[in-house]
Amino acid sequence: MTVDPASLTIAGALEGLAKKDFTSVELTQASIEAMQAAKPLNAMITETPEKALEMAKASDARRAAGKAGLLEGIPLAIKDLFCTEGVLTTAASHILDGFKPAYESTATANLWQAGAVMLGKLNLDEFAMGSSNETSYYGPAINPWRAQDGTRLVPGGSSGGSAAAVAAGFALGATGTDTGGSIRQPASLCGITGIKPTYGRVSRWGIVAFASSLDQAGPMTRSVRDSALMLQAMAGFDPKDSTSVDTPVPDYTASLEAGVKGLRIGIPREYRMDGMNPEILALWEQGKQWLKDAGAEIVDIHLPHTHYALAAYYIVAPAEASSNLARYDGVRYGLRVPGKDLIEMYENTRGEGFGREVQRRIMIGTYVLSAGYYDAYYTKAQRVRTLIKKDFEQAFQRVDAILTPTAPNTAFPLGAKTDDPITMYLNDVFTVPVNLAGLPGMSLPAGLSADGLPWGLQLIGRPFDEATLLRVGRTVEKAANFTAKPTAWWRS
Amino acid sequence: MSLDRTAVAKIAKLARLKMEPERLDAMTSELNSILSFVEELQAVNTDNIPPMTSVMPMKLRQREDEVTDGGKPEAVLKNAPQRQGDFYTVPKVVE
Repeated sequence: MTVDPASLTIAGALEGLAKKDFTSVELTQASIEAMQAAKPLNAMITETPEKALEMAKASDARRAAGKAGLLEGIPLAIKDLFCTEGVLTTAASHILDGFKPAYESTATANLWQAGAVMLGKLNLDEFAMGSSNETSYYGPAINPWRAQDGTRLVPGGSSGGSAAAVAAGFALGATGTDTGGSIRQPASLCGITGIKPTYGRVSRWGIVAFASSLDQAGPMTRSVRDSALMLQAMAGFDPKDSTSVDTPVPDYTASLEAGVKGLRIGIPREYRMDGMNPEILALWEQGKQWLKDAGAEIVDIHLPHTHYALAAYYIVAPAEASSNLARYDGVRYGLRVPGKDLIEMYENTRGEGFGREVQRRIMIGTYVLSAGYYDAYYTKAQRVRTLIKKDFEQAFQRVDAILTPTAPNTAFPLGAKTDDPITMYLNDVFTVPVNLAGLPGMSLPAGLSADGLPWGLQLIGRPFDEATLLRVGRTVEKAANFTAKPTAWWRS
Repeated sequence: MSLDRTAVAKIAKLARLKMEPERLDAMTSELNSILSFVEELQAVNTDNIPPMTSVMPMKLRQREDEVTDGGKPEAVLKNAPQRQGDFYTVPKVVE
């Protein structure tokens, strides 16, 4: 039988596989064909069709032997920030030219352990630094949603390839990573669902590091249930990650349909900012109403330091990035550009190997950590971060989850925000505070703009309470009933 | 606080980034716009507020100091630019 991955969810495909409507090889073959037909989206950096079919074959054999895992036979695509054994891993940077890791990241190893199949490696902003996927050395990924006049739009970033692949329908799910909004903002701009788990929930081992105190990996899917399933497989304690938290992973699907009756949902007044798009304000109101109608109590809350989150983030994240990226020196792997001496070799390699945005962040990070400026910038930002976390702790004494917009805008044309870094940074104004506080956050597609593009709403939860977040998310999903899909223009 | 071209060239040197003169000018104005943006943090009263050191309340775990992995020369050498036998060869990095 022919199977169309674009019309399936992970949960639906698992049912079809269990009922023998199709095999994993058939589903994977159809996904590979759809992936290859979607080349105009430039969502992939490396396609691994042979590996995918091999894994699918092995999966069908496991299923036949009665040993089906949680994601048995499901084709997924992996952000090219996760190290994959023997498969080119680039972080979308020139500097990692030719790098094939000899090891597998824990998060992806967990997915394969659960029976999933890898289609290939997804495009992203270079080292996950960007909000539009335009900083990739491999060129921008393109949003499957186009403007009404056909203008090509960005998918958001940094997990832009992940969001594009899931929205275009060739991958049933994708991994993303989120340091300041890199799962939630592209999910919002592409009309899909994505979760950034609590810091420490998913192992960071084997994921190329950007800002280690903020980075978290998570799922990007077409439904809340699918996110629950993927997160179930990815999460867990890992002794190889020193900040992995040793606390049990609950059954995320068990409470998914429990509804929100009696739950208290906070609405932070500080997220209503000057000059905000009236469409997202209206949709946010609508979201409140949906939750109220489902039996939740809406509570006004106060997160007084919200305004300072972005500035704190743009000190802390570049500081950590400048240290993490010090390892790329041309000596042991990746790109090497020769020089007349060792220092010149370092400078030539890094000058040529890193793109503009990455260089900007390394420069800022180097500056704010340098002698004489450390306290004024870095320590100050970490103090403000303490205040931001306290704001949330106080709010969560009164509420079970928080509802906000995900991004201040819908998908924008390529090149629209590349001239001024600050304009691009403002895309993450609602998502960054969540990373600074280490909390779980998710984005859900909630509606379409007047010009037909997806808007997302964000839910923020208590630490390690992804279960409640998913449960509230499921309620919003049911009420929003977002069924719109982009037309498959890239196939022609 | 505003950076001039000389200061930016020094930061580039510290960061081991080769920067052409025309790029240096653009970088100077980009860094200054980012620095003036983050300047707003100075308005926050952080007296008696400790800087964050760990976002989740956790103690770094310790383990027995013992060998848990190894004996994989081929895996280790897989991305080596050059090798001699089971040894990595790289440009001279210590004087």
